[in-house]
Amino acid sequence: MQRRVVFPHKLLPWLLLAPQLAVTLVFFYWPGGQALYMSVLQQDAFGTSVQFVGLENFRAVFADEGYVAAFWRTLYFSAAVTLLAMVPALLLAVMADRIVRGATAYTTAMLIPYAIAPAVAGVLWLFMFNPSIGVLAWWLKALGVDWNPTLDGSDAMWLVILASAWKQVAYNFLFFLAGLQSIPKSLLEAAAIDGARPMRRFWTIIFPLLSPTTFFLLVVGLVYAFFDTFGVISAVTQGGPAAATETLVYKVYKDGVHNLDLGGSAAQSVVLMVMVVALTILQFRFVERRVHYG
Amino acid sequence: MSAAAPHTAAADPLRPGMAWLAHAVLWLGIAVTAFPLYIAFVASTLTPSDVAQAPMPALPGPHGLDTYRTILLQGLQGTYLSPPVWQMMWNSLLMALIITAGKIVLSLLSAYAIVFFQFPGRMVAFWLIFLTLMLPVEVRIMPTYEVVSDLGLINTMTGLTLPLIASATGTLLFRQFFLTIPDELVEAARIDGAGPLRFFKDVVLPLSATNIAALSVILFIYGWNQYLWPLLITTDNRLDTIVVGITKMIGTGDATTDWPQVMGTTLLAVLPPALVVVLMRRWFVKGLVDSEK
Repeated sequence: MQRRVVFPHKLLPWLLLAPQLAVTLVFFYWPGGQALYMSVLQQDAFGTSVQFVGLENFRAVFADEGYVAAFWRTLYFSAAVTLLAMVPALLLAVMADRIVRGATAYTTAMLIPYAIAPAVAGVLWLFMFNPSIGVLAWWLKALGVDWNPTLDGSDAMWLVILASAWKQVAYNFLFFLAGLQSIPKSLLEAAAIDGARPMRRFWTIIFPLLSPTTFFLLVVGLVYAFFDTFGVISAVTQGGPAAATETLVYKVYKDGVHNLDLGGSAAQSVVLMVMVVALTILQFRFVERRVHYG
Repeated sequence: MSAAAPHTAAADPLRPGMAWLAHAVLWLGIAVTAFPLYIAFVASTLTPSDVAQAPMPALPGPHGLDTYRTILLQGLQGTYLSPPVWQMMWNSLLMALIITAGKIVLSLLSAYAIVFFQFPGRMVAFWLIFLTLMLPVEVRIMPTYEVVSDLGLINTMTGLTLPLIASATGTLLFRQFFLTIPDELVEAARIDGAGPLRFFKDVVLPLSATNIAALSVILFIYGWNQYLWPLLITTDNRLDTIVVGITKMIGTGDATTDWPQVMGTTLLAVLPPALVVVLMRRWFVKGLVDSEK
């Protein structure tokens, strides 16, 4: 945590810290504090008077059926995105780990979606699945699937899940591959000599040794699905049809920016902050364990 | 390997017979990765009416150059009058570079202060920075917007970038690295009479070059891909970044959307960050792995 030899100055370090702390205080703590403050206030319909209402905004938020529905929807969405981004990534990483020649080229090609903005990824998928002109929508219709994400909520949900997961596979692939490459080859050779087939080697050696990576990616994936998919949803469905793809983050945005419900939006912000704190603690507890695995 | 295990010797990652399966799965992966981009490319080389007939042609048409010339120089002429795409790309580039440079400078300085000095309030400063990890912009949208609006920074490049240039991740990363710099170097510098600023410039900065490069790649992509913040802060079309511009181009109804132009713009939005990943792959991978530690 601390070096043995340091410089003796007392004022200089504060000068060095000043820019970072200034930006942090003005754009993080001040608005964060405002969110906390506004979450216990209520404005009347004309914006003329403000009164302290305690936890009333929170009670209202949790009493709101729309919010509770958005909560479960977010869990469903996040679980689906995380799973769909992790399973193919693991399969691809296992395959990339097996080959020697051309692995770099495969990896590079596979990493590109990471560079694509969520909103742009959303637009790409929106175009393929556009019910009237989309190429994949046409194939779905040809196969007899009644597909229309602009009218059917579950179609819309699948569209945003697929677009979000497609983008995140790259990240998981990279970390799974790094994890696989750190497993000693001698271990696998020993198992092979003892007659363990590839599938058995995978489930008894590789998968347990990858578990720190897997857990880490699970947490990162959930954070991604919770917060970073705003762009996908905003570009593809705007939360619709009929709120079918409205996640918690999208709802904070909509209630605050479009519906101008400041108290309710602030209370929702505070709830989200609590979730980030929980996820961050989970992530850091886990990082300690990862060090142990090396 | 002894003759007792010829069977298993062949049944291994070492077993070349299975390589075709690995290649096949990887090619499938790449196909799924590339398919949306390919479709976008094909669409950008067709006319709107070509695209409108379902399914659209599977091979590129002859109108690509026209499409790209139009969007780059004139922008989209639909319900949303976009600025020329080159201008949106310029806005994105400027935003990405300012955010990258700002985050690097701020986090280098603050990590240096926290690691190489002992002063009252050091831990307080560290935790103040560390805790911002838990306040992503998505959860404090309205209040942050209010602050920026009170400061009169709506529709300015400053408002677009300044709130995003504090970086807990960068500070933690450089702190981690600074802790590995040997004490002997600091002692030698002090004996030679070099002050902290001199030491920073002549020793710490050159040693950090690799970390700076790796983090810059990640931050450039982060900056280029910003969406929610520019969407809130800019109402003036001239400040539109390309990512925001695209979603505005789509509008609401698909009847009026000029899909070749939208898809061409989409590819232009993907191109710079994708090139960065491909050309700076080593830094990119290092940056990703480091910044998650």
